[in-house]
Amino acid sequence: MAAPKRPNLPAILVASDLLEGEVVFAAEQGWTRDLRQALVASDELAAQALERFGATEFLHAKVVDPYLVAVETGADGAPRPRHYREVLRALGPSVRPDLGKQADFQI
Amino acid sequence: MYAFDEFDERLVRERVAQFASQVERRLSGALTEDEFKPLRLKNGLYLQLHAYMLRIAIPYGALNGRKLRMLAHIADVYDRGYGHFTTRQNLQFNWPKLKDVPAILSLLADVEMHCIQTSGNCIRNVTSDHFAGVAHDEIEDPRPIAELLRQWSSLHPEFDWLGRKFKIAVTGAAQDRAVLKAHDVGVRIVRDPASQKIGYCILAGGGLGRTPMEGKVLRDFLPREKLLSYLEAVLRVFNLEGRRDNKYKARIKILVHELGIDAFRARVEEEFAAIDSPRHDVDPREFARIAAHFAPPAHESLPAVSRRLEEAVAKDEALSRFVEHNLTRHKQRGYAALTISLKPIGLPPGDLTSRQMRAIADLAEKYSFDEARVAHTQNIVLPHVRLDDVADIFAILRAEGLGEANAGLITDIISCPGLDYCALATARSIPVAQALALHFADPAKQKEIGPLSIKISGCINACGHHHIGNIGILGLEKKDAESYQITIGGDPGDSYALGELLGPGLPAEMVPEAVDRIVAVYLAQRQSGETFIETYRRLGLAPFKSAFKEIADVVA
Repeated sequence: MAAPKRPNLPAILVASDLLEGEVVFAAEQGWTRDLRQALVASDELAAQALERFGATEFLHAKVVDPYLVAVETGADGAPRPRHYREVLRALGPSVRPDLGKQADFQI
Repeated sequence: MYAFDEFDERLVRERVAQFASQVERRLSGALTEDEFKPLRLKNGLYLQLHAYMLRIAIPYGALNGRKLRMLAHIADVYDRGYGHFTTRQNLQFNWPKLKDVPAILSLLADVEMHCIQTSGNCIRNVTSDHFAGVAHDEIEDPRPIAELLRQWSSLHPEFDWLGRKFKIAVTGAAQDRAVLKAHDVGVRIVRDPASQKIGYCILAGGGLGRTPMEGKVLRDFLPREKLLSYLEAVLRVFNLEGRRDNKYKARIKILVHELGIDAFRARVEEEFAAIDSPRHDVDPREFARIAAHFAPPAHESLPAVSRRLEEAVAKDEALSRFVEHNLTRHKQRGYAALTISLKPIGLPPGDLTSRQMRAIADLAEKYSFDEARVAHTQNIVLPHVRLDDVADIFAILRAEGLGEANAGLITDIISCPGLDYCALATARSIPVAQALALHFADPAKQKEIGPLSIKISGCINACGHHHIGNIGILGLEKKDAESYQITIGGDPGDSYALGELLGPGLPAEMVPEAVDRIVAVYLAQRQSGETFIETYRRLGLAPFKSAFKEIADVVA
């Protein structure tokens, strides 16, 4: 269920956790809820590996709708999605800064 | 209020058990996402931008203290302490976990609520005039037929998997407050001038979304007992002949548009003539059983004017504004329908905290015969309030942050959740609503402007009804940024109209200034007593367009 069009690199893999519905990012080991821990694929090979991981996890009913998201790297070295939709998805509702990942992780 | 009988109860309980089993099988991997998705959608469970979202049906917007308290309990235990009321008179929770949804559905069933058919390609929650049974301009209370239609459409074997969703709205009043012409089918209770009998005017083919259409009259007068057999025929023609090759063209509005209303009507009449009428007609005993649940409460005999309220109003300017804008004339002397605005200035439209839900539950029980209604305008109505009690109610509402005296005014903005929550959205809506409300917050300014509806959607699906706002705002993506198109002249009611586009999209921060320019044209050019929409109709698009252009040129 990867997005039909491959985004520009570098990219991270984003999905929804099946059980909780929460947005998760592929990390070195499994999944993380913290964007700063997301594994960044900088080349084609790494992007393909992320996609394979997403497909397997989808098949095993761990996550739903995994897809790659183009990111840039900030001064702190943490990835940040390029598109505003994915920024909102990674942080939480802009109208409720007390909720979502922006509140949980103080980002 | 309608109370479940044994059949309703069993149907809802069985569905809870079925869904619990489906969730279990999904989590074990026995059901794939492709298999599970349509099942969860049939139970109102979406997967949104940040989390699952559960949409709870509030048929024709009817709530009471018990239901509100249960919603508050669910919000606290399984969600984040609040819920969001929608333009379809439903409630959405934004943060439930899949594993908890069966437990939530079970709690809802305890108070005769469910999420059945709040999503998916089926007949959705039936909506109605939020002043049903109360409005002074009413021919007959529409809630009995709304409930009849809820029962008829729930798990209807032939119409459970339509080509696309199907929305029905009903009203019994002279004034259309239920947006009938934007629905797949609209049912208006009418009186036949010749026989004086009550029956129905049926509209079909309305809708908003990417192809907005105005519903057209399918039948001027349908006898009361034929309601279900006729709608059976309408749905059957749609189900058989509606397109299924393209989801965007699979609504009845496209079928009506492509065939033409006359040819569509002929097809429906043909089907109607052939239908096994006795099987589908409304059973008068069953209708009477349902209608008995909606008998008017035991109103007191009161004077038309409340001295108590008049004295309180004279001493309190805020109360005076509230009485002016948030009370609606009631059938019964000495009573009013009271609108609780869920649009406190600067907060997300339609959101209500669990604490506020409990406060409204208390107010409904104490002051409104245990009734509260959700309006499609994302407000809550206490339908039966004694004028003598209004000052006390207002004091409580104000303490709960719900005393905004802006019903029907420019800050009473309809807004979909937009990209802050919705996976389909192309732009945010709520921040635009917040900025506009803050911009026009001054009560004196709002009063000067008078009735004016702003409606905002975060994508072309138009959950925020932007096409039919006096001022409509549509959030889109333009060059990797949020951009807002503004339309003007939309009307949801009897003078139904789709808004006209003013010009190119603007960035969010320019929207309040643009709306300001539009309003300024009205204020400068209105004639005595004219509302915004009336001035627009007299002047046409041109002066508003040129005022807008000044802003658009700055951006370009």
